[in-house]
Amino acid sequence: MSKTTTGTTADETPAAGHPGAADDDLGAAGSQLSTAPTETAVPGSFGGNRAPGLAGRLAWTGREIIGWVRWFWRQLTSMRVALLLLFLLSLGAIPGSLIPQNGSDALKVETFRQAHKTLAPIYDKLGLFHVYSSVWFSAIYILLFVSLIGCIVPRTWQFTGQLRSRPPGAPRRLTRLPAYATWRTAATPEEVREAALTVLKQRRFRAHVEGDAVAAEKGYLREAGNLVFHIALIVMLIAFAWGQLFKTEGNKLVVEGDGFTNTLTQYDDFKSGNLFNDDDLAPFSFNLKNFTATYERNGPNKGTARTFQAAIDYSVGADGKARHDVIKVNHPLEIGDAKVYLVSHGYAPTVTVRDGKGDVVYHQAVPLLPLDSNETSQGAIKVMDGYTDPQGKSEQLGFAAFFVPTFAGAGQGSMFSQFPGLDFPVLALGAYHGDLGVDAGVPQNVYQLDTKNPNLKPFKDAKGNIFKGRLLPGETMKLPNGAGSVTFDKDIKEWAGFQIVQQPGNGWALTGAVAAIVGLAGSLFIQRRRVWVRAVRGADGATVVEMAGLGRSESAKLPEEIGDLAALVHDKAPTQTDTAPEPDGESGSDARAVAEGAENN
Amino acid sequence: MTFAATELATATNENLAHISNTLIYSSMAVYTLAFFAYIAEWLFGSRSKVARTAAALTAEGDAAATARGPAVTVKSAGGTAVLERPKVVVRSSAGSRDVPDGPGAHGGDEQGDLYGRIAVSLTVLAFLVELCGVVARAASVERAPWGNMYEFNITFSTVAVGVYLGLLALKKNVRWLGLFLTTTVLLDLGLAVTVLYTASDQLVPALHSYWLYIHVSTAILCGAVFYVGAVGTLLYLFKDSYENKVANGGKPGRFATSVLERLPASASLDKFSYRVNAAVFPLWTFTIIAGAIWAESAWGRYWGWDPKETWAFITWVAYACYLHARSTAGWKGRKAAYIALIAFGCWLFNYYGVNIFVGGKHSYAGV
Ligand code: HEM
Repeated sequence: MSKTTTGTTADETPAAGHPGAADDDLGAAGSQLSTAPTETAVPGSFGGNRAPGLAGRLAWTGREIIGWVRWFWRQLTSMRVALLLLFLLSLGAIPGSLIPQNGSDALKVETFRQAHKTLAPIYDKLGLFHVYSSVWFSAIYILLFVSLIGCIVPRTWQFTGQLRSRPPGAPRRLTRLPAYATWRTAATPEEVREAALTVLKQRRFRAHVEGDAVAAEKGYLREAGNLVFHIALIVMLIAFAWGQLFKTEGNKLVVEGDGFTNTLTQYDDFKSGNLFNDDDLAPFSFNLKNFTATYERNGPNKGTARTFQAAIDYSVGADGKARHDVIKVNHPLEIGDAKVYLVSHGYAPTVTVRDGKGDVVYHQAVPLLPLDSNETSQGAIKVMDGYTDPQGKSEQLGFAAFFVPTFAGAGQGSMFSQFPGLDFPVLALGAYHGDLGVDAGVPQNVYQLDTKNPNLKPFKDAKGNIFKGRLLPGETMKLPNGAGSVTFDKDIKEWAGFQIVQQPGNGWALTGAVAAIVGLAGSLFIQRRRVWVRAVRGADGATVVEMAGLGRSESAKLPEEIGDLAALVHDKAPTQTDTAPEPDGESGSDARAVAEGAENN
Repeated sequence: MTFAATELATATNENLAHISNTLIYSSMAVYTLAFFAYIAEWLFGSRSKVARTAAALTAEGDAAATARGPAVTVKSAGGTAVLERPKVVVRSSAGSRDVPDGPGAHGGDEQGDLYGRIAVSLTVLAFLVELCGVVARAASVERAPWGNMYEFNITFSTVAVGVYLGLLALKKNVRWLGLFLTTTVLLDLGLAVTVLYTASDQLVPALHSYWLYIHVSTAILCGAVFYVGAVGTLLYLFKDSYENKVANGGKPGRFATSVLERLPASASLDKFSYRVNAAVFPLWTFTIIAGAIWAESAWGRYWGWDPKETWAFITWVAYACYLHARSTAGWKGRKAAYIALIAFGCWLFNYYGVNIFVGGKHSYAGV
């Protein structure tokens, strides 16, 4: 940036930072009514005169560098840049809400990548699939928070200074202030000041007499609230960052009757922050007793879920006492820092597989993944070992499973469920044998058969098609050529998906949030204002009382307050009616007010 | 509950839902009447031809007139005390124009004023009918009436009108808002009963939480207040350019003159919208935090950059921008007003746009 282009416009002059202070002759009276930073102009050069010789050159360069660094810091911590950064922050948050994000829906991102071959690499470069952890988004909020800290520290300093010093003395001409009242009284100036001091102190102004006037100020909590608010924002950000660094989040699918122990190996998937340590996992375990779901039976929202709940027994520590609890969607189980949420559910039909000799080689509840809101589910049954074919060769079996809790009826459309409850359950299986490929070292999806695997061959029916069958509970399907049988047992279980989250720092985030709201309310609802009461003896011997107020922002309340205060002081130093003319209208000081008002406009 | 009892309850609920629908339609009819009454107020008001703005702004240099301009006398106590009390002279700060507030839509015309009063009475009636409609709806679904966009819309317009009537009851000078408000309320309700209508039903489990009540009710209230602020801001922009034109010796069109002369001065409009926006900003902050607490118990994370959350955040930052702009030299007035309108735009997008175009975890029951 060149020095000359950073121009100074009229409204960047320091005084313009304070409304009301624009009147130069208010002087100190209008200053420091807030701690908002003032905009400063840039000189042509920070280095000033360059002395001849190397030393002079070095000194000049040093001054120049320090000057620029300081200038840059001032810019960064100025209100204008804060405004710009805030604006950028909101602008920068937009793409993340419109483009699928890795963090929340990786599947959608993948679909998007497939659909937009040219756009996706560009998005990748720009970090648009993970906006909120991208370099540029981080840059914006880090700059904002550096700016914020750079702004708060001097403001807090300045504010404590203001708290320790007294309100500034009355400006020369009180008539220039936004609210003004005057009258003449027989009381002496000292009496008036004394009365004003008492009234103002009663109203909890900080007041003192300076010269011929009382100076008072109130509403410091506004500034305090504002600082608390901004500090609370920093606390919240730190708590959030802290939580992210130490956070763990994992998922576990548990079939009714099974259990879970909180160790790394038990998770289906697990994510953790950079600073997380395995030992930090809270020690607990639980068993899923049963899972209950109910659904709307009638009306237009038929099939919509009404309740989901998982009844569990859990124990804390290595051998803690078993306790009972029910986890619902909005009611996680809390154990220390960890919370166990109920996030998903589905069916797990129990299947028994027998070999040609009739020996049971597999008997398990197989969790299936729901495909739609009516719980049409899909999965795979993998018989890894123990099976030998009729020729006595050791082999593996695989079944592609398709399950509907409520079947439409034979010949009625496709194999899609009509209702999520277990009204008419049907299990459809396609049978394969050979090598499942699970030992190949490549991680495999437990819910899918790798039917592209050349070593896994389908059983064939008489016509040469893949051998398939539809089973009702209790029914058995015989595999071709005496290869064995599969039974769909009557005992259909349900499974529940749990998310176990452990995130420290939540307490701080909440404290910060509460402090932010309280501080903000203070900052926005409290008026900071100054009041001056001047009493001087006029030429005719009567005392002229002048009272005026100045607020941080113009408010209808200020004139009202001045009116109330004036009335209170007036009670103690009433208008002198006998000698002087009417106080309003054409009295000396009022006429002066009119004249000054005119000359100013 | 026995099967018969369930049947009975279902029937009662359906009756209540019908009653609610009838009430909502009736309130629309009454709002329409109010709308015409406001129109009549504006029409009759157009008969008055007081060019106050011009009088105030072209009096520059005329010492007597200027002195009268800023010197507004505030009488804060009634009766005889006024004589006793010192008067307070109010002076606006340097740099702002001294334009008196317009007389309101009726423009000082007696018949116009009468229609204005009728309009306000009709608005009160429509409000009460609509409120009953919302309550009946809530009773029919046995929960708070904000489970889907239809319910959200009817509650929202009720609250917006409530805010307006509340301000009127507090003797604030806001009657000029009436026409704009009834227009939007009619649009809002029209949209609700045609496009967004959802038969009454209960909630999916994720919505069973008392934080829902806190979060959504404050969100609706904030929206209603932001809306009132946005109308003020928009009118401020019109009035401000009108005043600028007049001050520079321009001659605005007859329609503009007629309408804008009757509105409050730009400075008053600006102040009005600032106060309104500033007053709800802490509540909006609270709304977002309440939402985060709810999300934490429902989904296991208090902040997940879900589109709805993101847009609530964007809206929040935009309003923070506006408040900052107000306290920064060189950004007051029109520039700040533009930011306020953008901020309200963000709120609107969050309300409609995200549900319709983006989706995410916050869409339930169809829309
Ligand atoms: C993290 C982003 C920030 C947010 C959300 C935020 C929000 C706010 C809000 C809502 C107010 C109240 C406005 C009022 O009192 O009228 C305020 C005031 C203020 N902010 Fe910020 N702020 C942020 C960052 C900053 C930064 C970086 C600075 C310093 C450069 C700053 C300086 C101020 C000052 C000086 C005031 C008081 C103005 C006055 O006295 O009226 N803020 N801020």
